[in-house]
Amino acid sequence: MSRFAKAVSVLSPVIAVAAALLVGGLVVMAIGESPLRVYSILFRGAFGSVDSLGYVVFNACPLIFTGLAVAFAFRAGLFNIGGEGQLYVGSFVCAWVGLKLGGVPAALAVPLLVLASAAGGAAWAAIPGFLKARFGVHEVINTIMLNFIAIGLTSYFVINVFKEPGQMTPQTAEIAASGQLPRLAGALQSVGIPLPAANPLNASILIALGAVWAAWFILNRTTLGYEIRAVGLNPSAAEYAGINVRRMLVVAMMISGAFAGLVATNEIMGFRYRYLDNFSAQIGFMGIAVALLGKNTPLGVLFAALLFGVLNTGALEVDVFTDVPRELILVLQAVTIILVVVANEVLTKKLREREAGAASQATEESA
Amino acid sequence: MKSKDGRGACLMSERVAIEMREVTKRYPRVLANDRVDLSVREGEIHAIVGENGAGKSTLMKVLYGLVSPDSGSMLVGGEPFSPAGPRDAIRAGIGMVHQHFMLVDTLSIAENVVLGDEPRARGVFVDSRAASERVERLSREYGFELDPREKVEGLSVGLEQRVEIVKVLYRGASILILDEPTGVLTPNEVRELFSILRSLRESGRTIVFITHKLDEVLELADRITVMRDGRVTGVVEAGLTTREELAHMMVGREVLLRVSKSPGAPGETILSVRGLAVEGRKGTEAVRNVDLDVRSGEILGIAGVQGNGQTELIEAITGLRTAGAGSVALRGVDLTGRSPRNVRDSGVAHIPEDRQERGLVLSFTVAENLVFGRHHRAPYSGRGLLDLGAIGERAERLIDENDLRPRDPGSLAGSLSGGNQQKLIVARELDGRPVLVVACQPTRGVDVGAIEFVHRSLLDLRDEGAAVLLVSAELSEIMALSDTIAVMYRGEMVASFGAGEVTEDELGLLMTGGGDAREGRARDHAGGAGTKEPGADRRGGAA
Repeated sequence: MSRFAKAVSVLSPVIAVAAALLVGGLVVMAIGESPLRVYSILFRGAFGSVDSLGYVVFNACPLIFTGLAVAFAFRAGLFNIGGEGQLYVGSFVCAWVGLKLGGVPAALAVPLLVLASAAGGAAWAAIPGFLKARFGVHEVINTIMLNFIAIGLTSYFVINVFKEPGQMTPQTAEIAASGQLPRLAGALQSVGIPLPAANPLNASILIALGAVWAAWFILNRTTLGYEIRAVGLNPSAAEYAGINVRRMLVVAMMISGAFAGLVATNEIMGFRYRYLDNFSAQIGFMGIAVALLGKNTPLGVLFAALLFGVLNTGALEVDVFTDVPRELILVLQAVTIILVVVANEVLTKKLREREAGAASQATEESA
Repeated sequence: MKSKDGRGACLMSERVAIEMREVTKRYPRVLANDRVDLSVREGEIHAIVGENGAGKSTLMKVLYGLVSPDSGSMLVGGEPFSPAGPRDAIRAGIGMVHQHFMLVDTLSIAENVVLGDEPRARGVFVDSRAASERVERLSREYGFELDPREKVEGLSVGLEQRVEIVKVLYRGASILILDEPTGVLTPNEVRELFSILRSLRESGRTIVFITHKLDEVLELADRITVMRDGRVTGVVEAGLTTREELAHMMVGREVLLRVSKSPGAPGETILSVRGLAVEGRKGTEAVRNVDLDVRSGEILGIAGVQGNGQTELIEAITGLRTAGAGSVALRGVDLTGRSPRNVRDSGVAHIPEDRQERGLVLSFTVAENLVFGRHHRAPYSGRGLLDLGAIGERAERLIDENDLRPRDPGSLAGSLSGGNQQKLIVARELDGRPVLVVACQPTRGVDVGAIEFVHRSLLDLRDEGAAVLLVSAELSEIMALSDTIAVMYRGEMVASFGAGEVTEDELGLLMTGGGDAREGRARDHAGGAGTKEPGADRRGGAA
């Protein structure tokens, strides 16, 4: 990649975020508040204390997983809109297995539940992957439909089959204690970071960081990742090189779904300890935005998820201390994404012109 | 028009149609045009030749208003000319026939021609009769032989190109720019195109003709401007130069236009195809009952106009397409129905027809592309992991051995010139002693220097005992390389010859269905090669 291309890929999200803050500022002014005040509250809300920083990371954690899911599928040329459904299925399987683990030691229970979460998501994603590979049905339609099915089915099971006895809330009982991930407050306090004990930040974030590394490693260091990228960039050439394109589509989709399923490690194993109906609140869809902002690279996803964590955390303070509704943050996020896409288009067009200059010069094949 | 030196002299005036002075266009990484001077006389056929990347197309885009130059000036018909866009160019009488046609398939020829500039009846309606008449008149005048009412979708490439030319004439162009017009044509279509261009010249029109094919230039052009690396390296009269001189000006060094070749020493049969039938698109039978044998140390050249089943044949052999019937065997081992990977792993190298569609992943680096297809094998891959060290070493070695430019394994394949992209594929495929090489249009769109490299590589491999199946629409390539020549027409092998037993003209006829195809293997068929072929008559008339 030329230096210019690299600069573009880093710059366009940064420019977009800055421009989004500007647009958000205008909205704030329209409401009659001072943008400076609102933004200072927003960022104080996120960065003001160790506690709030803990929340930033905690909020970013599930977005890392769903962002990776979208980004990974995208590298195979697949648009996985089904993160939401996959994370529900993964979480449900996780909770279901977790309920049955009484007496199993943590050293076994935790890996087992992590695996169950990933497997649930992978299995759910395998369906659109298979339909695409076998019949050429577009994955966007199928992943969306499977979201509805997943939401409906998990709701049904939670309310009618697995509901905690004697409770009104549509949720399961608590999973076995040995399958729960520890909160990080204790560990951080022991190294001198005063994170309050009530902070929900838990060991899932370590799994998330591992997932970022794993996604990078698979894509860039394994033969499988090489083949997945080849399929995503040029399926016809991939076929020519002896790559089984159909198999790669299914495999990539399953890995993508596994990342989405791992949301359960934060939500079930690390935070709620139970499955709550409809808990996600669009984490799966936010993953699309995170992946876009992160340019579909694992490291980019990590930073984009953290940014969204900042915005989500700060939004609460904005809601409490100003007349600006917290929905402004939603607007900001959406505007950021739009601007990222626009900035990306504009800058890549510039890039393409430069390259085209060189390339048309080089090939002169197209008139 | 009789002697080469005097041709067109009576018509070519000394008046200058186009004068470009010191035109410079810089792109961020290249100087596409470096103070280029071009002077085209009224009523001449002026060829601009140069390798890919020499700056020919950029220069023409400047003239046509598609690209604005950084500096320099232009005169058209003696008037200062600085077009803001193609509209200005059209108004000044300049017409461009693009390499890729821009026609609406579902409309008739006449409708396509007038599109955007329709004759009106009562203000709003398209006067289709007037349109047809005008197209018919143009068609008759220059020998286009087009039926204005015919739909475009059924037309051959050659006829589509004529529609494009009529389109330009309809808009009143007196200067025609043709960008690589012969790349897509059969030999006969090329002859017909040339006779049309000559009659346009006789009517006083000026023609600028971009190409990198030297034979065409010498046959057709009056004067030639040669470009290299964005500069003009020479302006010559076609009658006073030679292919060698032109090639030297284009490349900047001596070039072997025809690689020297020793007679082949064929050994055992490597590839054996029997009764192969392959379905094409829309369920048609693209390949019918084809038998082939390629021996070790032999190059079998399959001549044929594109779209006569070659692609399907190649893809069936390499496992990319399923054969409907018949068998493919490599050294006696049945390969029918095997996966592409399986076929590759048994020693078959494949230089694909379309390098950007099949042969490369443009967003992969050169190193990644150089291992493409064997990325799953040791030493490049082990226990599921890529060995970046081994991949890097391979890249360095192949870049070195094959002189790929730029010499950077980390640059993206998409940023390479067409010639280097092709060299990359050839280097990759021919490395590691393949048993069989299937080379499809191996030099399409690459420049003289790269052609020499590709041809040399194929011959070297043959001499080392590989079997080579060469498919090409370029007759000179078939003639230069093949030990045995077969002709493919409408999915069948219609003839086969030993090297030197057939002329380009005879092959040209067979490729387009002329000659008595059924007599295929007869060596004496050439005498009977039909004169039914319409192109042949017209060629006679134009000579």
